[in-house]
Amino acid sequence: MIGEELIQLLTPEGQRVAHPEYESTLGGDEVFSFYRDMVIIRRLCNEATSLQRQGQLALWAPLQGQEAAQIGAGRALEPMDFTFPSYREHGIAWTRGVPPADMLRIFRATTTGGWDPQKYRHSVPTVVLGNQALHAVGYAMGVQRDGAEEAVMTFFGDGASSQGDVLESFVWAASFNAPIVFILQNNQWAISEPSSLQAKIPLYHRAHGFGFPGFRVDGNDVLAMYEVTKRALDNARAGGGPTLIEAYTYRMGAHTTSDDPTRYRIDAEVEMWKHRDPVERTKALLAREYKVKKAAFDEVAAEAETLALQLREDVLAMDAPDPITMFDDVYADAHPLVDEGRREMIELGVSVGPR
Amino acid sequence: MSEQVFLLPDVGEGLVEADIVEWKVAVGDVVSLNQPLVDIETAKAVVELPSPYAGTVTILHGNVGDTIEVDHPLITFEVSDGEDATTSAAEPAATAAPAPEARTSVLVGYGVSNEDATPTRRHRRQGSATPAPAAAPAAAATPSVTPGASPRSTPPVRLYAKQHGVDLARVRGTGRDGLITRADVDALLGAGVATRLAAPATTSRFIGRDLEPWDSGPAEERIAVKGVLKTMSEAMTQSAFSAPHAVVWLRVDATKTVELLASLKSRPSLEGIRLSPLTIAALAVCDGARTYPGINSSFDAAASEVVVRRSVNLGIAANTPRGLIVPNVKDADRLGLVAMAQALNGLVDRARDNTTTPAEMAGTTLTITNVGPFGVDGAMPILPPGTGAILAVGQLVKAPWVVDDQVVVRHVVELSMSFDHRQIDGALASQFIAHVGAFLSDPAPSLIAG
Repeated sequence: MIGEELIQLLTPEGQRVAHPEYESTLGGDEVFSFYRDMVIIRRLCNEATSLQRQGQLALWAPLQGQEAAQIGAGRALEPMDFTFPSYREHGIAWTRGVPPADMLRIFRATTTGGWDPQKYRHSVPTVVLGNQALHAVGYAMGVQRDGAEEAVMTFFGDGASSQGDVLESFVWAASFNAPIVFILQNNQWAISEPSSLQAKIPLYHRAHGFGFPGFRVDGNDVLAMYEVTKRALDNARAGGGPTLIEAYTYRMGAHTTSDDPTRYRIDAEVEMWKHRDPVERTKALLAREYKVKKAAFDEVAAEAETLALQLREDVLAMDAPDPITMFDDVYADAHPLVDEGRREMIELGVSVGPR
Repeated sequence: MSEQVFLLPDVGEGLVEADIVEWKVAVGDVVSLNQPLVDIETAKAVVELPSPYAGTVTILHGNVGDTIEVDHPLITFEVSDGEDATTSAAEPAATAAPAPEARTSVLVGYGVSNEDATPTRRHRRQGSATPAPAAAPAAAATPSVTPGASPRSTPPVRLYAKQHGVDLARVRGTGRDGLITRADVDALLGAGVATRLAAPATTSRFIGRDLEPWDSGPAEERIAVKGVLKTMSEAMTQSAFSAPHAVVWLRVDATKTVELLASLKSRPSLEGIRLSPLTIAALAVCDGARTYPGINSSFDAAASEVVVRRSVNLGIAANTPRGLIVPNVKDADRLGLVAMAQALNGLVDRARDNTTTPAEMAGTTLTITNVGPFGVDGAMPILPPGTGAILAVGQLVKAPWVVDDQVVVRHVVELSMSFDHRQIDGALASQFIAHVGAFLSDPAPSLIAG
């Protein structure tokens, strides 16, 4: 089903497998820290879903199933690299050091962003499908012109890969040999549309048509995701141009909290992917090869629990800003139409000050 | 200990209400943070709500099948004060994610247009050179709904069917891809508007709520006067103690109305239009107002004037899940049979769905209250404030009737009408009700002439 071309270093059973071009360079401590990242982000994501169900968030886009794709790619980044996420990259945000509560602000509708992109070298969530790919390529071209040794990475899904924005960004990235890595998380479902209906060839093949390399990686294998992404980033920084990485993974939950996946996909498929769980296979490797004991796993679970409760506390304590502040960050400088909108809103009495 | 009320959140984007599908906790249960409480069904999905508190459940604000509005109480908890709810979490929230197990309930969502065995694509290009898609995508796109699963419908229609005691498994859906529509439920009920104005199926319904059983409920219960009840009580009190009510009544042989409706039912051009005795009664009232404009009047005590209006905003007293409301059909006197039927159906649908707008309830000039479905012959209705007359239409029953000195079985209905005796006298009221009665006893000439 997935094909010969899939790059995999760790099987769903947690067994290492050899690959002719890639091998894992990670030691036991690093693998354990990757495991910790995945457990924590999964737990935080579950808490966010609960908070939405309790009326504390307007919306949430869960990442369950895609932890390895994100943690593996995110951990391959260097501090000065810059990243452009969509709205599901909570795992990337975690590896960039974004505080969990800040990830939820936009979903609580208390901000139009959530954090300072420069501080974490991680842009704010982009909900317009695929739009961030253009931002990322533009930024990468700027990096190129600055002569900086930085790479840029952007994220989108199988659905967004059909968007004009993404395909245009491929053209520009190829034409200018921009230092960018495209991470396409193929989670099999573009809301209710299966990826098999969107592409008649494996999605990573598309890169070849644009003139740059593309790879398909087992997106639930954190070791393979790390190695392939790291090499692509190194290549970009060295002037080697763009790479497309298709992380072949699965969205275990709903598209967003407004979605009900039981309406369009079958249980058997979900069950099959449960056996390919990214966290469990890493845990199996750690237990067998590095003799990690139950107590250490329990400690990670307890830490995740504590962080989840802290997240809840932080979210419940968030104040709604004065609606008038929505105009503040539209443009860097004063803009007559924005000023007019602000004035009208004040006249309408919409702004009531912070509640 | 303190009380915490969990209000129903908007779990979608811009949803206004949800139905309770299954309670997972009961009163008295001690629950932990994020423990699953209830499955609710919105217009978009069935979702499980995790508990926002650790504490004891003290009130469940609704039964399975009830519709709860967003921001209204769902569950009340007793929470220990010393203990911050957020520190007493016991279970991880893994269960909060939408459960991946099979759900056979069928939902209104987006993106998916069918989930039975009908082809995914409706518009196949004839003779196209486009290669057929591989088998795999189609298989993967087929959801797990199997024959025998619950029939396809929408939450409002399911609620509607439930209120009328209709099992959807018995209904054949005529909507897209076999979707069961409200009209399909109506077809099974076979009664149209009249039945739809009847009381909800539960006998314990009172002021828009289900009362607790006689034996197990509290000995005395006090219910706050607010919302629809407040509006109704104020209007009735104002009207009853300002307008001197007088009543006239008349028994009518409505056999020809029944026969007319039966013959129209089979007309292809009227397919999908729900006609009922109420439709004919509404046309009769409007026709009567045109003939006797004085009946379409109101008494403005403040201005010491009587207001006569030459258009009818026909109010229909509707028993809704939330209580009595009286929306009206604007300019009803200008409507023919089909337009009247459609206007009444829309009015009643919106009343049932609680989507009646304030504008629809303003400016009533004449009112019909359809008490027949309750199984009574007549009533002495109270006038909606600012109106001159209200007509009650009783049950349509077979009864002995004298025709040409022979006792025969006819379809008989009783009309009873309250009127404001300040400006309308008994003679005018009698002439008007006689006109309405004549219309119902032989509707065809009036319909053709009108």
